[in-house]
Amino acid sequence: MILFWAALLAVTMSLYVLLDGFDLGVGILFAFADQANRRKMMSAISPVWDGNETWLVITGTVLFGAFPAAYAALLSAFYLPLVLMLCALILRGVAFEFRYKSPGLRWFWDLGFAGGSFVATFVQGMTVGALVEGLPMKDGHYIGGTLGWFSPFAALCGLGLVLGYSLLGASWLVRKCEGPIRKRAYRLLPVLTVGVLVFLGCAFVAALAMHLELMNRWLERPYLLVFPVIGAVSAYGLLKNAEQQNDLAPFRYSALIFMAAFGTLACSFWPFMIPFALTVEQAASPPESLAFMFWGAGLFVMPLTLIYTTAVYRLFRGKVAEMHYE
Amino acid sequence: MVWTALLLSRVQFAFTVSFHIIFPSFTIGLAAWLTVLEACHLVTRKPVYRRLFEFWLKIFGVTFGLGVVSGIVLAFEFGMNWSRLSEATGPIQGPLLTYESFTAFALEASFFGVLIFGRNRVAPVLYLFSTMMVALGTTFSAFWIMVNNSWMQSPVGYAVENGIFIPTDWKAIIFSPVVWVRFPHMLIAAYLTGAFCVAATGAWYRLRGTYAVEGRVMLRMGLFLAALLIPVQLFLGHLNGDYVHDKQPVKFAAIEGRWHDEQPAGEVVIAIPDEARETNDLELKIPYLGSLIASMRLDSKEVGLAGFPKEDRPPVAIPFFAFRVMVGCGLLMMALAWVGSFYLLFGRKPGQQLLLWATFLSFPLPFIATLTGWFTAEVGRQPWSVYGIVRTADAVTPTLTTQAVTVSLIIFAVVYLVIFSFGTLYVYRLLKAGPVEAESVLPVNPKRPLAVSGGGPIAETTQGGGWL
Repeated sequence: MILFWAALLAVTMSLYVLLDGFDLGVGILFAFADQANRRKMMSAISPVWDGNETWLVITGTVLFGAFPAAYAALLSAFYLPLVLMLCALILRGVAFEFRYKSPGLRWFWDLGFAGGSFVATFVQGMTVGALVEGLPMKDGHYIGGTLGWFSPFAALCGLGLVLGYSLLGASWLVRKCEGPIRKRAYRLLPVLTVGVLVFLGCAFVAALAMHLELMNRWLERPYLLVFPVIGAVSAYGLLKNAEQQNDLAPFRYSALIFMAAFGTLACSFWPFMIPFALTVEQAASPPESLAFMFWGAGLFVMPLTLIYTTAVYRLFRGKVAEMHYE
Repeated sequence: MVWTALLLSRVQFAFTVSFHIIFPSFTIGLAAWLTVLEACHLVTRKPVYRRLFEFWLKIFGVTFGLGVVSGIVLAFEFGMNWSRLSEATGPIQGPLLTYESFTAFALEASFFGVLIFGRNRVAPVLYLFSTMMVALGTTFSAFWIMVNNSWMQSPVGYAVENGIFIPTDWKAIIFSPVVWVRFPHMLIAAYLTGAFCVAATGAWYRLRGTYAVEGRVMLRMGLFLAALLIPVQLFLGHLNGDYVHDKQPVKFAAIEGRWHDEQPAGEVVIAIPDEARETNDLELKIPYLGSLIASMRLDSKEVGLAGFPKEDRPPVAIPFFAFRVMVGCGLLMMALAWVGSFYLLFGRKPGQQLLLWATFLSFPLPFIATLTGWFTAEVGRQPWSVYGIVRTADAVTPTLTTQAVTVSLIIFAVVYLVIFSFGTLYVYRLLKAGPVEAESVLPVNPKRPLAVSGGGPIAETTQGGGWL
């Protein structure tokens, strides 16, 4: 049961990162677009962003239900950054409706949309960075104080995720848009791909240098290297397809890069949920709770959710320019 | 009063959750109404239903968005501000919230996209299905939240091991009788909120002499529904009182403003409770009625606050006044809905202008009733987070500093104020503009704004005219 919920948490988390990742990425790139293109960029994500963000809530509540100790420790540790992230998500969320309701204040909601996307992404990346570096913990509780999570490495990871989500966003845009947006996104793709690759490499080396345990693990189990290798191969595939302007391919390859990075991360720290402080087993709810969730939410509702999520995506497939959103 | 991290956390949670509940209580009702409108349109093919649907969908879009973004905050605040509570009760509250996010959030968010953008992409029946799924999602959401909150009000089906709550009986938790009086109470509150907002909009259009057909449908559907639901709501409210009486006697005493045991007990209609002197000032009390309401007998003994240790009592003034405001709003709404329905049914004319104004201005009532109802329930539960077991003081995150919560409270207050102000402004503009494309087809006589306009299909089928 614990394994099942750890795996399901991994699935919801990766879905969140991939799905909200691309719409947050579009939000970040939004800052660099002119008015004429902004509307189209927004249309490329507006039918799905809400559903995408739901995966964050699902991830949060699965963490709460299945691993309450980790939920309590993580959320209280990252108190202020999470407040920032939530407010950033609020501002960017309302912008979808509000920017069309007030031409005079459009600049304000656009700022909220791009800025909110950036801040939310940065905080998410920083959180992962702080976890990799190691939170000050004692007996499964956070003891680092209000700003104990901050470090240059964590901030670097924040920026790294901004690059990463921008990559997903640009890949989404070539898939959904035509004309100048698609052209610009294609120009951005190689830059972003290389940037993400360099960042991942640096972060990996830095993590190994910080934790000897990690180094040992990778030396003992070299087959784990399959994840970084998948990442590198996908990056190559992405560059190749971007060159040939194969519209559907870039998103798939950037998703693969993300999955590879996620796999690397998970393999590096398993079975720890909060590295070297709280294991999956220690954080887990009692079997009565896990079983209750399994028989309903896990076995039945989750697959159903996946089915209709896919159905909604199929419904809105194709280029935005051909559709009439407004 | 010392502004500790605990107190600030309580203020912050009260603020964010109160802000949030405004939107679901509106959208739950509205989603159900949209489903009805879409179904009516599919069956009758009358264009007015379609126009109303498209119109209210726009308003639904704005308010639903605000509800979603303010709801996400709550899913995080449990862990951020109340980490000791979530660690201890996570095995019970966590799975309930997991079910909420899976069955409700995912459902409504996905199909909401279809609703807004998918009209031309799916078959009409599938579109109706999507509307239903959104309505169902909002209802599920309310259900799981009520299960969760009812468990905090009246914990059942658990055992405590090493300070961690272990669920021992999920059936008892989900089918707790407390859930099944509180969930319908909340659901009907939401329907009433939707009904009054719709009726108020209809009244507004009648007063302005625009959108006669739409205004008529809105008034009729809103007021008739309200007239039917309010008695049910009052009865459910009474059942809620019964559970408080049985399971939370000290909250009951606070709501009643009863300081000492009484037999037979009187009912304090209004007073100013004085906690320091443990008595009421300016009290208006009806003898025997207290016993009758609490136990359905004229001679029952009802307990007072003084029988409980001070540290186990809730603050008295908030539940006491909040409860009276809620009941007052409920009675006002009932009067309005019944008199309004009477006018509608019998086509009475004298005083209809006044009644239209009253209906128009009534839209805050259901919101105030919902909020004060929750204040009664939640403040009345204090000093406990989980009633009788976990004190709120022991639930807060131990490492949280006063500065951190001060900062977060200010940020939330500013952001919420901004989005609430603009959200309200945009909803107001949408309502003011009305179902725009309908304007040209409806002949409206500006000198007789309340007269029946012959343009719409409904007007042809209703008789009597008069108020409508």
